[in-house]
Amino acid sequence: MQNVLDRITANPKFLEFVAMRSKYSIIMAIISAAAYYGFILLVAFDKEFLATKIGAGYTMSIGVPIGVGVIAFTILLTWIYVRRANGEFDAINEALIKEARK
Amino acid sequence: MTKFTQILAGLLALALAGGAIAAGADLGNTTKQATNWTAIVMFAIFVGATLFITKWAAAKTKSAADFYTGGGGITGFQNGLAIAGDYMSAASFLGISGLVFANGFDGLIFSIGWLVGWPVITFLMAERLRNLGKFTFADVASYRFAQTPVRIFAASASLVIVAFYMIAQMVGAGQLIKVLFGMEYIYAEVMVGIVMMMYVLFGGMTATTWVQIIKACMLLAGATFMAVSVLLQFGFSPEALFTKAVEVHAKGDALMSPGALIKDPISAISVGMALMFGTAGLPHILMRFFTVPNAKEARKSVAWATTWIGYFYILTFIIGFGAITNLVQNPTDFYVGGELAKGLKGGGNMAAVHLAKAVGGDLFLGFISAVAFATILAVVAGLTLSGASAVSHDLYASVFNKGCSSEQELRVSKITTVCLGVLAVVLGIAFEKENVAYMVMLAFVIACSSNFPVLFMSVLWKNCTTRGAVAGGFVGLASAVILTIGSASVWEAVMHNPKGSAWFPYNSAAIFSMTAAFFTIWLVSILDNSAQAQKERALYPSQQLRSETGLGASGASGH
Repeated sequence: MQNVLDRITANPKFLEFVAMRSKYSIIMAIISAAAYYGFILLVAFDKEFLATKIGAGYTMSIGVPIGVGVIAFTILLTWIYVRRANGEFDAINEALIKEARK
Repeated sequence: MTKFTQILAGLLALALAGGAIAAGADLGNTTKQATNWTAIVMFAIFVGATLFITKWAAAKTKSAADFYTGGGGITGFQNGLAIAGDYMSAASFLGISGLVFANGFDGLIFSIGWLVGWPVITFLMAERLRNLGKFTFADVASYRFAQTPVRIFAASASLVIVAFYMIAQMVGAGQLIKVLFGMEYIYAEVMVGIVMMMYVLFGGMTATTWVQIIKACMLLAGATFMAVSVLLQFGFSPEALFTKAVEVHAKGDALMSPGALIKDPISAISVGMALMFGTAGLPHILMRFFTVPNAKEARKSVAWATTWIGYFYILTFIIGFGAITNLVQNPTDFYVGGELAKGLKGGGNMAAVHLAKAVGGDLFLGFISAVAFATILAVVAGLTLSGASAVSHDLYASVFNKGCSSEQELRVSKITTVCLGVLAVVLGIAFEKENVAYMVMLAFVIACSSNFPVLFMSVLWKNCTTRGAVAGGFVGLASAVILTIGSASVWEAVMHNPKGSAWFPYNSAAIFSMTAAFFTIWLVSILDNSAQAQKERALYPSQQLRSETGLGASGASGH
């Protein structure tokens, strides 16, 4: 077992993979925070914009689809990450472990 | 955009989010209503069914591992529902729909604030937690550190968080039973105490998880039914719903735009930080990541949890508007003395409950009341289980009696469960007349200032050492508590000091206490050049290997 561990740690592809995946997680975290703070920014500085009607003669303001959109976007982003991590990333991970076990 | 505007924006967001917490947590003082037998019978059926499940779970709960993680065989989908169940509390269901009922759009802003912590957990924590941990988050935080100090810290922080969260839930249960069932406060305390002790004591994590899953399904089904009934009244046109609401509500068109909820920017940012990172430090949420077999399922759990929680918040928005169109025009049935000016019967948080009666009659009202109360019961069970794990796994088995058998550890868990159950009842009764609105927020502030920084730095920063982690964790814990005591919500509202005398001017301490924790961890760690510290740094690569690849992680049955 220790051999396998040493071989993985020594494999440059492992470090590259870890760095790539960490970068991806951080970018996703930043995107989700940006969506949230973007919305809050509008609430803080441009209430009139959020209160704009979605069209002439409508009661619904543009804030409603935007707010619901932020919720939907958060959910979507989570699934995009999980799909990639459970598919592509796990496959690379398995391959690296397999390679070290040879 | 300048940095300053960015910062300002952030605070605002946070302030909003903080308001949401405050609004969600405080069910306030309620008046006892007429006895609602339908609700009581429905609740009795729920308790009967869940105790039956507990009996089945008890047969499977033989070792400490079964008690803490249900054997690790729960699927990602099931665990996602259980996590969502932990998060969708009675306070968030009743509080947010009540907020929408009163202010319209502002309710949506709060909901979004509650959701933002989940992506952070998904992207940064979920798989690392699962790969490094076994039973509690302290397993992860202490992976390469000296066990005794880190475990003592983790157990103290967890117990403090559990205590505040629990008091808020127990007091909420007592207030709710008066309005929903028309029973005395004290019945709620004793009932919740006994039933949840039975779940945890006999069924451990298996029973606690299934109670939470059943409750989450009931709550989602009930809320979906209400939202669909409301939309049906308007031919599934949200536009028609909003038009009608604006027409009948006293606030009129203001319902459709953001109100003036933002106070000062520091409070806003601070509250946002607590919400965003506090979720990733709550022991009863973190322990759920050890109930699934591997990192793949752990990721699926959070994705499902985020999905259900987000869906639920969209429902509460529709429910709030539905309450406006259904209740305001019928003051005789739903308002005190039949007058709009006197407010809803049972208080503003009862909007969803009254809507249940309006769209589904007495039977459905009974169902929703039973679900709301069952929610508290399930959350308290989860909190108790995480408190018991902190004592038996982190203190007893890792510090005071290293190398004890699984039977001994399990016995200590069960004794602790009984102690925590009794304590919950006693505290629930003691705090009946107290203002507990600040407690859930405080639990989040402590979580983001103690557990979260320690977990984050120990897993992701190579140079972190035992001394740094423990010093920083305790600094965060202490500053969170001290600053909260100095804020208006405790200094003035609870300790009855004169108005304006609070010496900490913001709503939430998170921005200061969380920063203090991270700074202390960093400073103490870099100054630490002991042999122990060198050894801990040298262990980082192997920790990283396991956290990133899952090699050597505890399996489903190999706990």
